Amino acid sequence: MHRFRFVLYRPVQLIPVLLGISLVTFVLVHLIPGDPARILLGVRGTKAAIAAIHHQFGLDRPLAVQYLYFLYNLSQGEFGRSIIYKVPVLTVVGGRIAPTAFLLAYAVLLSTVLSGLLASLAAANRGRTLDQAVRLFSTIGLGLPAFWLGIVLIMLFSIRLGWFPVSGYGEDFADHLWHLFLPALTLAAALSPVLTRNLRASLISESTADYVIAARAKGLPRQVIFFHHVFRNSLIPTVNLLGVNVGWLIGGTVVVESVFSVPGMGQLMVASIFARDYLVVQAVTLVLALGVVLTNFLVDIVTVALDPRIA
Amino acid sequence: MATAGIAASPRVGFETLPASALAGGAICLFWLAVALAAPWVAPYDPIAQDLNATLLPPFGAHLLGTDNFGRDILSRIIWGTRIDLQMGAFGVLFPFVIGTTIGAASGYAGGLVDTLLMRLLDVTMSFPFFVLIIAIVATLGPGLISFYIALAQFLVIKHADFVLAARSLGYSHARIALRHILPNAIMPAVVFSMSDAVIDILLGSSLSYLGLGIQPPTAEWGLMIAEGQGFIASAWWIAFFPGLAIVLLATGFSLLADGFAERFGIRD
Amino acid sequence: MALLEVRDLSVEFASRARWLCAVERVSFTVAEGEVMGLVGESGSGKTVTCRAILRLLDGPKVRTPSGEARFEGNDLLRLSARALRALHGRRIAMIFQNPSSYLDPLMTIGRQVAEPLVHHEGLRPREARTRAIELLHQVGIPDPRHTVDAYPHQLSGGMRQRAMIAAAVACEPRLLVADEPTTALDVTVQAQILRLLLELRDRTGLAIILITHALGVVAATCDSVAVMYAGRIMERASKRELIRQPKHPYTMGLIRSQPDLVVAGEELPSIEGQLPALGQLPGGCPFHPRCPHALPACRRQDVELEPAGADHRVACIRWRELEAAA
Repeated sequence: MHRFRFVLYRPVQLIPVLLGISLVTFVLVHLIPGDPARILLGVRGTKAAIAAIHHQFGLDRPLAVQYLYFLYNLSQGEFGRSIIYKVPVLTVVGGRIAPTAFLLAYAVLLSTVLSGLLASLAAANRGRTLDQAVRLFSTIGLGLPAFWLGIVLIMLFSIRLGWFPVSGYGEDFADHLWHLFLPALTLAAALSPVLTRNLRASLISESTADYVIAARAKGLPRQVIFFHHVFRNSLIPTVNLLGVNVGWLIGGTVVVESVFSVPGMGQLMVASIFARDYLVVQAVTLVLALGVVLTNFLVDIVTVALDPRIA
Repeated sequence: MATAGIAASPRVGFETLPASALAGGAICLFWLAVALAAPWVAPYDPIAQDLNATLLPPFGAHLLGTDNFGRDILSRIIWGTRIDLQMGAFGVLFPFVIGTTIGAASGYAGGLVDTLLMRLLDVTMSFPFFVLIIAIVATLGPGLISFYIALAQFLVIKHADFVLAARSLGYSHARIALRHILPNAIMPAVVFSMSDAVIDILLGSSLSYLGLGIQPPTAEWGLMIAEGQGFIASAWWIAFFPGLAIVLLATGFSLLADGFAERFGIRD
Repeated sequence: MALLEVRDLSVEFASRARWLCAVERVSFTVAEGEVMGLVGESGSGKTVTCRAILRLLDGPKVRTPSGEARFEGNDLLRLSARALRALHGRRIAMIFQNPSSYLDPLMTIGRQVAEPLVHHEGLRPREARTRAIELLHQVGIPDPRHTVDAYPHQLSGGMRQRAMIAAAVACEPRLLVADEPTTALDVTVQAQILRLLLELRDRTGLAIILITHALGVVAATCDSVAVMYAGRIMERASKRELIRQPKHPYTMGLIRSQPDLVVAGEELPSIEGQLPALGQLPGGCPFHPRCPHALPACRRQDVELEPAGADHRVACIRWRELEAAA
């Protein structure tokens, strides 16, 4: 499988990006005016604690050296201590990864199903009312704020109809599916318009491709031509688009988690900003950025798996 | 990282714009008019409280109802138009100007400078944008989100397409550039601007919703939705109508972008 | 009975509320095992004719207002979609000019060759794969056991065309329509592919319609020839007759402009002018604006194919005079 060779050296290409992310998060926290140690400890800093922070993060050294301290600490998994929760930041963040990851996966699943269905319907009925309707919905959908949609969904399905819970995460797997359905649907509905438009355009252009004519000349049934040939070829640009939108999607979970009070990293981020728990903010930024990079990497792998032309 | 392809002729002919562009244009002009005429059109002061008239349902004396402070929702929406329009315009203009300048300069300089810049572009383009915004807000404090959005976009040099288009300007002589390349490069940039305006409006209102953007008591659509969330069981209108406004404004820009893209043969 | 009998076939395309005639009352027959060449410049209607016969041209902007195309007695133009699909790939096959774009880039060669076997003969994937390997071997692809798992982009142009041929003949059709199968290939490879087609004909009795713009190709491979111009057949004859005694000015011009037949150092004669655009046909004989022998009558009189000897038909009002003068 020499096509997947790139799996080995893509991480190398990602290093500049990862360094860039770490640099930005480092710089941001250090832009806050005042003694960093005091900022990191909040109002309760004792002299000894401040001295300890100074030592750990090298706060009396030049900025460049501090950055190296920062990187070193990172590599040790040392993100510092949360002011609010009073436990290591890593512990706090670690406990929040699962809900966010679940929500993301759920949202991607729902949006691929939604987009796949809508795009196929539209492409199959090109020019007719169904197609126009799908296109109009896509255009309007682009302007739909996820947080508002989430609230509307809560109004309808949680409060009026009582089908889904208003907030939270749930206890076990089935519970998670139930609690996270509306949040995932909100994210999916916000992402679908972009994917649907792209997939629809791909389907239409691929269905008039030369190899489709050749397939018809072979007497293949229409469904076979659609599913074995047209659909697979159309997926590739859309999967690419999904990758491009991952950054947006991860940003979207921050908002959606707030709407539905899902105890994930997004909600942690917002709460920490208000609480001025800067180390947590820094850690979450780093983790989320890392998540984007990793997901893009995954999308690359999927694209190579789908397209044998990529070497 | 592809630039948009142009299928139509380079000359800009506005006579045959499709219905979507016209509808979008009409919607945007409508909101512009609302924003400009706010002092005369809004029936009430957007931040004036009337504790005798709290949580009134719509279609009464207050057309869209009142919130828990007795503030008129309709007036708040009208005045909020200025802010959201500003978010869209600012977040688009800034990177457009900066990106075009950098791109043209880079193309003109050529050689090593140019190569380095393109490599830098590759790196920054993969940066997660929203996360960066939130981090900036965390650092610098809430408020002034239009500026933050513009700044973050500048940092990420988000619209490589502007840069690349402008770069070709740098390569060739000014006259050829202005007469031939500029018209071709301008159209995709305009379409992207309008799509971007949508993204920035949603971004700005999202940040305000989270409490990280415009602060109360200023009337901003995202903020109003946040304020209304606690009342969705009893007074749904507080959160509902501002959202509708966002959708309508954003749809206007989207339709414009779609129409232009269709007319001038620009693909994503 | 002829294998394929096309009679008075016309094809029209819609363009801004008008219907433009692309092919006008074309008639020809193809017998079992016959290789018929369909010659003409680009845009003369050769591809449109054949795609119309096979009903691959569907859509609201195309129509066939007249004519029939009887294959083994059944009119292809009036068959139901299901009956048509039963013939496609099984009794009639088609190969195309550009093997790169006519093969699905995401599917292995083997699977694409096996597709007609799976769908028409109900073969299971394993058996179909074995048959595919055999077929690849028959069309002259080296190392078929590995090629069967290769993707189109990994093969050369010639190999891709052979693979397409393999897929086309998988179910042993009676008629193969080859639309400029060698135009996009290197000269050396062209000869190989043509030879392969003839071999297939010799081995299986397959009839072939060979669409081409090169008379040289026709001379080397065909039994009979039909010359098309502006959507009409101008001359039809056995290959020998046509090359030796062309009777239509257009055919004569084509033969004269063949590079192989010109003495070195002499200027290559060419036919002046261009094919008329769709919908802008001059009245009367469509060739008259470019014809060195045109008379005013040629502009006024509509021209039809008329017999001009054993196995020879011509659409020119002056053919007798021109023959006498030669």
